[in-house]
Amino acid sequence: MSHQSDLIATDIDAYLKQHEQKELLRFLTCGSVDDGKSTLIGKLLYETKMIYEDQLAAIERDSAAHGTTGGEFDPALLTDGLKAEREQGITIDVAYRYFSTAKRKFIIADCPGHEQYTRNMATGASTCDLAIILIDARYGVLTQTKRHSFIVSLLGIKHVLVAVNKMDLVDYSEEVFDKIKQDYRDFAIRLDMVDQHFIPISALKGDNLVEHSAKMPWYEGSTLMHHLENVHIASDRNFIDFRYPVQFVNRPHLDFRGFCGTIASGKIKKGDSVMVLPSRKTSRVESIVTYDGDIEEAFTPMSVTLTLEDEIDVSRGDMLVRPDNVPTMADAFDATIVWMAEDALVPGKQYHIKQATKTVSGSVASIRYRIDVNSLHREETDRLALNEIGRCHVRLNQAIAFDGYRNNHGTGSFIIIDRMTNVTVGAGMILERTAATDTDHWDDEADERLHEERSNVSAAERAGRFQQQPATVLLTGLAGAGKTTLAYALERRLFDLGHAVTVLDGQNMRRGITRDLGFSVDDRSENLRRSAEVARLMNDAGLITIAAFVAPQEEVRQKAAEVVGRDKFFVVHLNAPIDVCRQRDQEGLYGAADSGEIANFPGVSAPYEVPESADLTLGTHELDVEECVKRVVELLKQRGVVS
Amino acid sequence: MTSYHLTHLKQLEAESIHIIREVAAEFENPVMLYSIGKDSSVMVRLAEKAFYPAKPPFPLMHVDTTWKFKEMIAFRENLIRKQLGWDLIVHINEEGVKQGIGPFTHGSQYHTDVMKTQSLKMALTKFKFDAAFGGARRDEEKSRAKERVYSFRDKNHRWDPKNQRPELWDLYNGKVHKGESIRVFPLSNWTELDVWQYIHLENIPIVPLYFAAKRPVVNKDGVLIMVDDDRMPIEPGEVIEERMVRFRTLGCYPLTGAVESDATTLPQIIQEMLLTKTSERQGRVIDYDQSGSMEEKKKEGYF
Repeated sequence: MSHQSDLIATDIDAYLKQHEQKELLRFLTCGSVDDGKSTLIGKLLYETKMIYEDQLAAIERDSAAHGTTGGEFDPALLTDGLKAEREQGITIDVAYRYFSTAKRKFIIADCPGHEQYTRNMATGASTCDLAIILIDARYGVLTQTKRHSFIVSLLGIKHVLVAVNKMDLVDYSEEVFDKIKQDYRDFAIRLDMVDQHFIPISALKGDNLVEHSAKMPWYEGSTLMHHLENVHIASDRNFIDFRYPVQFVNRPHLDFRGFCGTIASGKIKKGDSVMVLPSRKTSRVESIVTYDGDIEEAFTPMSVTLTLEDEIDVSRGDMLVRPDNVPTMADAFDATIVWMAEDALVPGKQYHIKQATKTVSGSVASIRYRIDVNSLHREETDRLALNEIGRCHVRLNQAIAFDGYRNNHGTGSFIIIDRMTNVTVGAGMILERTAATDTDHWDDEADERLHEERSNVSAAERAGRFQQQPATVLLTGLAGAGKTTLAYALERRLFDLGHAVTVLDGQNMRRGITRDLGFSVDDRSENLRRSAEVARLMNDAGLITIAAFVAPQEEVRQKAAEVVGRDKFFVVHLNAPIDVCRQRDQEGLYGAADSGEIANFPGVSAPYEVPESADLTLGTHELDVEECVKRVVELLKQRGVVS
Repeated sequence: MTSYHLTHLKQLEAESIHIIREVAAEFENPVMLYSIGKDSSVMVRLAEKAFYPAKPPFPLMHVDTTWKFKEMIAFRENLIRKQLGWDLIVHINEEGVKQGIGPFTHGSQYHTDVMKTQSLKMALTKFKFDAAFGGARRDEEKSRAKERVYSFRDKNHRWDPKNQRPELWDLYNGKVHKGESIRVFPLSNWTELDVWQYIHLENIPIVPLYFAAKRPVVNKDGVLIMVDDDRMPIEPGEVIEERMVRFRTLGCYPLTGAVESDATTLPQIIQEMLLTKTSERQGRVIDYDQSGSMEEKKKEGYF
C-alpha cells in the first residue's frame, strides 16, 4: 500500500519523518465514463499501490460479472462503489478516494459525469484545490467539457489540469493535442481560471501518468503525477483577512471563557485587537489555547480556542475580525445559487440559510437570471429547477457578516435548507458587492429610455397649501457637534409654527436606505448622494427637509446642492471644536477612532473640510439649542422659506 | 519568515475538530460511540483537543457484545474511566445475553446483528441520542467511499443511500426532526496510514493487542483465532499454539483473525502495514460472504 518507497523496508523511521511533512491536495475529476475517468483513477490508485490484493481479487470477480472490458481486469470497477451503481453501470454520487506519495496526500472527489452532474460536481468541487478535466482526444472540446469547466470556475477552483486522454487512439498526435489545447483556451478565456495546464495522456496504457511516454517525445511538460505532486497551492489560501466564525463557547468554569472556532481566513496573534460582529464590541486576544499548549500565532485553517482580555458578549454565530479589516454586514446580497432538490427554488419562500456558523431565515427575493451551463447564456426565469444555476438576490431576516466568495470561500458560501424536510436544497456563493455601490454615482446618467413624469400638482400649489417654500437645510459638522439634537429641535419648532417639515438623519438613513454602505470615503459620499435624492423628493412634495450629516467633504456637499437645487439648499455649519465634541461623545466613537478600530473617522483619521461658504455658522459649544434654533429659523425667514 | 503551512495530519486534525465542535453546538444530545479500537482512540483524542481545557460535552458509549477481548475491556476501564474521567455508557443487549447468543453457537452474522446492530439501535433509542459519532473512514471499504460526514438516519436508524444530503464546503446540515438522527464520521478523510501516523506522533494509547506478542491461538479454517476465554470450543483436531501474533483490527475475539507478526513497536506496525498486500478488514469474518455485504448491513443500521 501507499507510495512504494525503499525506505519503508530499510529505514521506517526516516520514512515516517518524511511522511510527517506531507501536504494535502484535494482534487476533482470531471468527465463521463467514456472519457476514461474511472480508468484514470483506477490507474492512479494502482500505480501508488493503494489497492490491496483482496480488493483486487474482488474486482477481478466483478470484472467477469459486470465489467465493460470483456472479462479483462477493469480498473473502472475499483471506483464504482455501490452495488446498485455497479449493476446499472453508472455512478450516482460523489465518491472520495485516497492515495499518497512521498510529497503529498491526495483526496480525489470522484464525480459522475451524467445528468446529475451539476449537483454532484458542485459538491465535489466545493472542497477542491485542483480539477482534472478529461477530454477524449478523438472528440476534443465538447459541450460537457464546457459545462464541467464552468462549474469548476464557478466554485472557485484555481488550478485546472486538462488531461487529453486516449492519445493512443489518435496515434499520439501532437497536432491533435495542440488543436484541443487551443480550442480549450479559446473557450476558457470567458471563465475565471487562474492556472491552466495541459497534459496528453493515455490512462489505459499509462502514458504520461507517472513516467514520461516514449510514444510522445514531443511533449516536454510534466507528467500528470508530477504535476499533482508539485503544483503550488500554498498561496491559494487567504492569509490577509482574519475571519473567525465562533463555533462554540467553551466555559468549563467561571475563570475560563474560550471561543472555539476554525480560522476561515487570515491569521491572528496574541495581543491583536479584535472586533465582534455584529455587536462591533472590541477587545484583544488574551491567549490562543490548544490542547498542545498556548500558541503565539494561529492561521487558517487551524481550529483553535481564543480567549479575550475583556468580558464582552460573544456567542456562536458571531464573527471575530480585526477592527481595521471588517467584512460586509448586511441582510441582503447577490449570490450564484446551485439548486439541488427536485422541488424547484421558489422566490419568496422562506428557507434556513447556513453561512459559516450562523443559521438564519431568509429567502430568494428574486432570480435575476438563470445560467445555461452548456452555452453560458443568461435566461430569464422565475424558478430554479434541480441542477440549475442562477444569479439571485437573497434577503435574510437579520444581517450577517460575509465576504465575496471569490476572496473568501469560508465566509462567502452558504447552504439552503428546506424548513419542512430539513434537506439541503441549494448552495450559494456570495458575489462581491456590485459596482453599483462601489463607485461614484453622482454623475451617472439615468437610462435614456426613462423620461421624467410630471405631477399634476404644481410646486406653487403646494407652497400655497403649506404656506412655505420647500428647502433642504444641511446641518454639517463633526460627530458630537450636536447635529441630530439641533435637527429635531428645529423640526419641533417649525412644526409648532405650522410648517410641514421632516428630518433626514445620517444614522437613520444607514438603518435603511443606505444600510449596505460602510464608512469609507466612497461610501460616505454615496450615503450623502442617496440622502440628497431623498431630500429632493421631500422638497418636491413641498416639505422642508432638515438633513443631519457629517458630510465632511466640500466637493460632496456641492454635489448634494446640485441634486437638491442650489436655490433651496442651505448649509449650516455646526462649528464646535473637536475637544468639545470628544467630551460629548457617549458612544465611544472617538476612542475607537483613535485606536484605529474605526477607520476614516473625520477629524481623527480623515479630514473634515470646513464649508467654504456656509449660509450660517453656529458655535454649538457656546450657543444653547434654543439660540441655534432661533438663528436657523431667522435664516429661513431671510431666504423666504418661511414667513 | 514564518511559514503558514499545515501538514496533512494537522489539516485533517483541524477539520475533524471542526466537525466534532459543530455537532456539539448544533445537536441536543450527541454521543460518541467507542469501539476501543485504534480509530476510536484517535477520535477520543480529537474530542479532547476540541474542547480543551474542558471535557467534551457528550458521553462515550460502548456497545459491548460480551465477546470482546478481555484486554480491550481492561483498556477501556483504565483509559476512559480512570485516566480521562469521561462519562462512559456501556450498553449490552441483555435480551441477547439471556438467550445465550454468541458467535460460536449462532454464527457470526446473527450474533453481530443481535449483539451489535440491534443493540446499538436499542441504545440510541433508549437514550434518545440525536447524533452519534463513529470512527469509520471512507478508505475502509468501497461502499463507504460515498458516505457523508453527516450520515442521515431515519426514525428506525436506517440509512437510505438515495436520501443523503449533499455536503459542501465545511457547512454541515444538522437539522433533524424528532426521532431522526445522524451518524457523524469525523475521520472520514483519514486513511489507515494517517491514523497510525497520528497515533505515533501524538503518543496515543492503544490496546496492546495491536502489538505482536506470544498468544494462544487456534487455526480455524485458515484464520488464527485467539483463545481469550474458556467459551471458545476446541474442535477435535484443533490445537492451541503459542504464536507471535498481533491484530490489525479489534472486534469480537471469535470473529477477529490474528496475523503472525514480529511488530512490537508502532514504526514496525506501520512498516508491516505498508508492506502488506491485504486490506485491514480482511481479518473481519463478517465482510467475507458477499460483495456488497457491508452496504446491506449499513442499511440495517450497522456502522
